[in-house]
Amino acid sequence: IAGVLTWATLLKVSHGHCLLCFSCLVTLVFVSPLPQFIYIIPKPSSFRLRSLTSNHISNLSMDLRLPSKVLEHILSFVDSNEDRNSVSLVCKSWFETERRTRKRVFVRNCYAVTPEAVARRFPETRSLTLKGKPHFADYNLVPDGWGGYAWPWIEAMAAKCPSLEELRLKRMVVTDECLEKIAASFKDFKVLVLTSCEGFSTDGLAAIAVACRNLRELELRECIVEDIGGDWLSYFPETLTSLVSLDFSCLDSEVKLSDLERLLSRSPNLKSLKLNRAVSLDALGSLLRLAPQLVELGTGSFSDKLDQEAVAKLSQAFSELKELKSLSGLWDVLPEYIPLLYSVCPGLTSLNLSYATVQMSDLVELITGCSNLQKLWVMDLIEDKGLEVVASSCKELRELRVFPSGAEGLNDTNVAMTEQGLVSVSEGCPNLESVLYFCVQFTNAAMVTIARNRPNLTCFRLCVMEPFAPDHKTQQPLDEGFKAIVERCKDLQRLSVSGLLTDKAFEYIGTHGKKLRMLSIAFAGDSDLMLHHLLSGCESLNKLEIRDCPFGDTALLENAAKLETMRSLWMSSCCVSFGACKLLSPKMPKLNVEVIDEHPLETRPDSSPVERIYIYRTLAGPRLDMPEFVWTIQKNPEIGVSHLAIK
Amino acid sequence: MISELEMGKAESELELGLGLSLGGGTAAKIGKPGGGGAWGERGRLLTAKDFPSVGSKRAADSASHAGASPPRSSQVVGWPPIGSHRMNSLAAKSAREEEEAGKKKVKDDEPKDVNKKVQVGFIKVNMDGVAIGRKVDLNAHSSYENLAQTLEDMFFRGNPGTIGLTGQFTKPLRLLDGSSEFVLTYEDKEGDWMLVGDVPWRMFITSVKRLRVMKTSEANGLAARHQESNERQRK
Repeated sequence: IAGVLTWATLLKVSHGHCLLCFSCLVTLVFVSPLPQFIYIIPKPSSFRLRSLTSNHISNLSMDLRLPSKVLEHILSFVDSNEDRNSVSLVCKSWFETERRTRKRVFVRNCYAVTPEAVARRFPETRSLTLKGKPHFADYNLVPDGWGGYAWPWIEAMAAKCPSLEELRLKRMVVTDECLEKIAASFKDFKVLVLTSCEGFSTDGLAAIAVACRNLRELELRECIVEDIGGDWLSYFPETLTSLVSLDFSCLDSEVKLSDLERLLSRSPNLKSLKLNRAVSLDALGSLLRLAPQLVELGTGSFSDKLDQEAVAKLSQAFSELKELKSLSGLWDVLPEYIPLLYSVCPGLTSLNLSYATVQMSDLVELITGCSNLQKLWVMDLIEDKGLEVVASSCKELRELRVFPSGAEGLNDTNVAMTEQGLVSVSEGCPNLESVLYFCVQFTNAAMVTIARNRPNLTCFRLCVMEPFAPDHKTQQPLDEGFKAIVERCKDLQRLSVSGLLTDKAFEYIGTHGKKLRMLSIAFAGDSDLMLHHLLSGCESLNKLEIRDCPFGDTALLENAAKLETMRSLWMSSCCVSFGACKLLSPKMPKLNVEVIDEHPLETRPDSSPVERIYIYRTLAGPRLDMPEFVWTIQKNPEIGVSHLAIK
Repeated sequence: MISELEMGKAESELELGLGLSLGGGTAAKIGKPGGGGAWGERGRLLTAKDFPSVGSKRAADSASHAGASPPRSSQVVGWPPIGSHRMNSLAAKSAREEEEAGKKKVKDDEPKDVNKKVQVGFIKVNMDGVAIGRKVDLNAHSSYENLAQTLEDMFFRGNPGTIGLTGQFTKPLRLLDGSSEFVLTYEDKEGDWMLVGDVPWRMFITSVKRLRVMKTSEANGLAARHQESNERQRK
């Protein structure tokens, strides 16, 4: 049974089954002997059923109090932290039991809560996931030294949660000291995944390699690493046989092939291997022969000149990869080597060609073979024609990302890719739900068609690369196109807009984007109304990031209360004045209002605009690691009083 | 709709003064009515007029922009929104293509060099008095002269259709020889700010983290250092 039930129905259904209910009536535990289900229903207002199976149904009595051991047992089946959060709200003893048994903790803004508080509350946690800098840091909009340091977290976890096994960090500053501390503090450390992190060198990796005897996953995704050399790989001891996933694709220097071969030979459980560019095509052959069980492969550079025999061997090696589902890497791939991949295509669910600078004609046959593809990342070199092939061959496609191929963005591209490509895919791929599309131009009509074809879109990120570009056929703003998207795609959770947009576009988004959680805006809108529409209309808005838009103060101050319901708001190069920031801060104690500005603020008049403002909700109060260029009212109270006049 | 903020702040009058520029700044005031021009001395919002190729064919653009570089979307910091790993990869690719297009073929023992270039990629350039930073691709330049020319074009020259970020300068500037109102400085890997031009180009591009076009008056400390190091070298 799943869905919405009233209390009355529930009691009727429960007749004949073992039923427990609690006097505070915030949660109902419902146990049925056959088939063996435990239902835990969170607070009455939400009424969502979670069903879980258990092999050990204990004989539960009609007590009003559930012994904590039984609750522990039930909770061991509750994975979702959302449900666990509900459970912890029932009463004090449930809170205690829940917190002592939570194994995975997600902190989506490392400054929203202190490391000590997390370590204290969840001492048995095995896995910690943290995110640091705001998303726009990916595009160099956050100055170096802003923050997001992993050290305090690692220190706190080392002190209170020594059984930590997994650490996943995104956009954080991780130093070699951090890595050494991890290696030294967590005896059973298994998983380290660093995404878009920086601050460490290959020496730190060596520390992890040498000390973590049960390491399962080491993944470096798009990190900035000080690359001292390829020696780090040789530090994996001969006794390490537990490796399941290794990703060093973002490193530059060459690792010793023999070290890598020996590592693969003793890693029978290795499922995912992502090599760096320095691994040659020749080397790839011998590596694949040692790991035919791979499910995910990221190749190295695909461009050496190989002789016929080597090519044949490589082709054979690829055809042995019976389990392969995901393929990436393929840097500099030469067209003549693409046929090497044909044998794995039918099994692929994920293909990342976004570094493969081959022309459309070379890709067609490859794509045609990928009938089970669910995720495709590709460059705009695929052109409209290539996307038509995708539309007709990849019927299972769920996610499409098209990246620009010109380093200058649009200066040198003679690429024949327009809005038509995306329209074709939206027509041909019924499961398409996530789109990231860089292109030079777009039209309202195309967006209307896409929305009509794919009302199931959950993520739509359109980047028309020329700021303020209108509909190239009608010269109108792209307001109507985005209106169609938000109106039709009722489950849309993430949206990035671009091109010429007036306030009307944002009125539409505010009116229709009720499930929208993340919104990214650049070079758009006319006035404060834009921000006002968004903050007052988008009920589910969680993250809003805006750059180079002409508004600020009034809308921000009028909708200040909204900010406490969101994770964060980023605005850079807009017209938010210093005075408004000073007004906002003291009134909203549950928010950190950070002004990030590389020019000194002491002598700034209140009306002058600030470079960047980053506002996020927090339980931790003002952070203590702010650099000079970050101002908050707590840090510099002497310049805190606003004399700003707001209309 | 009165917010609690306004009710509480009795001492602030309710009059938003989107002030005009303070102290006669260098910013030109092109902006959309009711929106853009409120930056005062800080510079101003980029508007459609800064991107003149909007709606027009690119071929026509390149013909009309002889000698000048209006702020193309690729030269604005963080736009288009491509992660830096991808940017560097693209930059390395175009650098390699340039090499191949040139007389020499890329040798097999050169990949290390290219990989080094991959680390350089785009770096940020800020100019005093201008709010919006830019990015410049060091891989696409071969000498200080080259770089200075690009920066001068970026920040100082407009073409008839646009106004450059500072708008007022029309005479050629010499960023490298100390003869103009501005000097070019950079921050190196150790965090020190230095005058550009002291070290060989290749050494420069491996140690530079970011660039800043600084007012000569503010750069006095650096100039002294420059003289000192010159003297030291002479000894």
